[in-house]
Amino acid sequence: MTHRNVPSASEIKTLEQHANDVRKGIIRSLEAAGSGHSAGSLDMADVFTALYFHVMRHDPKRPDWEERDRLLLSCGHIAPVRYSAMAYAGYFPVEELLTLRKLGSRLQGHPERTRLPALETTSGPLGEGLAQGTGMALAAKMDKKDWRVYVVTSDGEHQCGLHWEAVMTAAKFKLDNLTCIVDRNFIQIDGSTEDVMPLEPLADKYRAFNWEVFECDGNNIGEFIATVDEAKRARGKPQVIIANTVPGKGVSYMEGDYLWHGKPPNAQQAEEALRELDARGERIAAGRG
Amino acid sequence: MRAARESRLAVAKHNVAEKDDIAGMHLVDYSDPTKLARVPTRDGFGKGLVEAGRRDRNVIGICADLSESTRMEAFKTAFPDRYIEIGVAEQLLAAMASGLAASGKVPFIASYAMFDPGRSWEQIRTTMALNDTNVKIAGAHAGVSVGPDGATHQAIEDIAIMRVIPNMTVVVPCDSNQTVKATLAVAARWGPAYLRFGRDKSAVLTTDETPFEIGKAQVFRTGSDVAIVACGILVENALLAAQELARDGIECRVINNHTIEPMDTQTLVEAARTCGAVVTVEEHQVRAGMGSRVAEILAANEPVPMEFVGVQNTFGQSGTPTELIEHYGMGTKSIVEAVRKVLKRKKN
Repeated sequence: MTHRNVPSASEIKTLEQHANDVRKGIIRSLEAAGSGHSAGSLDMADVFTALYFHVMRHDPKRPDWEERDRLLLSCGHIAPVRYSAMAYAGYFPVEELLTLRKLGSRLQGHPERTRLPALETTSGPLGEGLAQGTGMALAAKMDKKDWRVYVVTSDGEHQCGLHWEAVMTAAKFKLDNLTCIVDRNFIQIDGSTEDVMPLEPLADKYRAFNWEVFECDGNNIGEFIATVDEAKRARGKPQVIIANTVPGKGVSYMEGDYLWHGKPPNAQQAEEALRELDARGERIAAGRG
Repeated sequence: MRAARESRLAVAKHNVAEKDDIAGMHLVDYSDPTKLARVPTRDGFGKGLVEAGRRDRNVIGICADLSESTRMEAFKTAFPDRYIEIGVAEQLLAAMASGLAASGKVPFIASYAMFDPGRSWEQIRTTMALNDTNVKIAGAHAGVSVGPDGATHQAIEDIAIMRVIPNMTVVVPCDSNQTVKATLAVAARWGPAYLRFGRDKSAVLTTDETPFEIGKAQVFRTGSDVAIVACGILVENALLAAQELARDGIECRVINNHTIEPMDTQTLVEAARTCGAVVTVEEHQVRAGMGSRVAEILAANEPVPMEFVGVQNTFGQSGTPTELIEHYGMGTKSIVEAVRKVLKRKKN
């Protein structure tokens, strides 16, 4: 049985407001940490907001709930977006975001499940998330469970061989309970993905591996949610959603600049970013988002 | 003079008492090695895994195109719904198993030690050890005794790369019977574990009655002149060397040091204190292997002269298993020489 789960216009407005808060959390935590990855964290704020506030079956008060959907962040370096989304979704106090990357914090520079179990896995070394997600999705099939597995990946990590081992395997086992989301922002540390090691035609690669392929604007919450809804209805095949994003989205001086891949804003830059995000929040509230 | 003689007598009595004590090991009679039954340790893994599967329905098997030679085939036949074939993809083997373990399964992953953990070390470190998932790695075809396949397939660095990872249990059983028990033991013990075994037929020294406990080294022969600390299939050569040395009045304590992590500090320190000299024996690089761990423990607790029998910073090659063990200095004769050498350095 399937039903459409597409939000109304007013719900989308609320989600956009949440995404704006998530971005503020990213900026504040990165500025406090003094190191970390800004561009990818910001560009995935809409996707993580959609997942935590609309798409996923989960309960922040019961992170070990057996029936929860599993979300794996394969590209662990954009942990600030996940931490921020989790904090605003109620997993832990928003102020804890300021402990990012500090000694003793649950919010490690790259995610560690043993410190914060709701993270589902430990990640950072690239190309490993889909392999683990494939294992989880297969376990769900073996046990006839209906929870789903979402794996968020970067485009750069599609250069790893292990990722494609998992792509092949998920298709073999017909894991239609597995959705891979690609943050297609075209940047990686050394520059453009297409200069460093071309990924295109990325969608065709997945099709050739027997996956269902979807593309959407990853910075449009409504469009992303509608795409997930469609992807979930696939039968007998894993799905990939290539979410086209603008690196640094929401902070104009960072947008589209690969140099912001691996660095945080300083105090002055953070203040400027927060001013811009506050203004955007007011526009959303006024219906002029 | 008299005091010295009495002391020797006391030691001799002590040895008798200890010999009674080690009756608890229930070893076979190894005085004539030609009469020993010979079975590959991998056969013990195959048998143990089926039994582990019977005991726990969450036990699953994942293999990377080597089900016959790793002996996972028996599990595949017994539990086809719990067997997963993923092809030639060893990094996936490790990472995917972690995902299955995080969802309640107890995955055993099997490949050649050269490929898993050889090819998948980072996946093991990140997704199993740091991530604390309950995965069991079965490394088949370890050591130069792989034989004719040659150096590319002879894992002689795997103990080193696994023992250095925190939160990893590392077990090297001495024969096929012990491999059955070790397989069941790692299945029942929570946490990531590495089980190492070999390809070739090797002596069956233990019996069904021989105890096995992870982390508890076993005194297979008593003696107080030198302690020979061995693991894996070379425990046989250690016992044969001790037998030969006994003819010259040199009594060696032979310890089956099957658990590399967590290693049995107490048994080793006691052996070093009593014997005053130690020889380690392993089918592995002596650099960073089992013997190195013994040295770390003894240097901190009971420093004594040591000799290290194993591969000396080189790669293997094609040959028969016996030829290779001899060629790379791990035969009975090499162990005898190492004991004589360490005796010369022993402080009286």
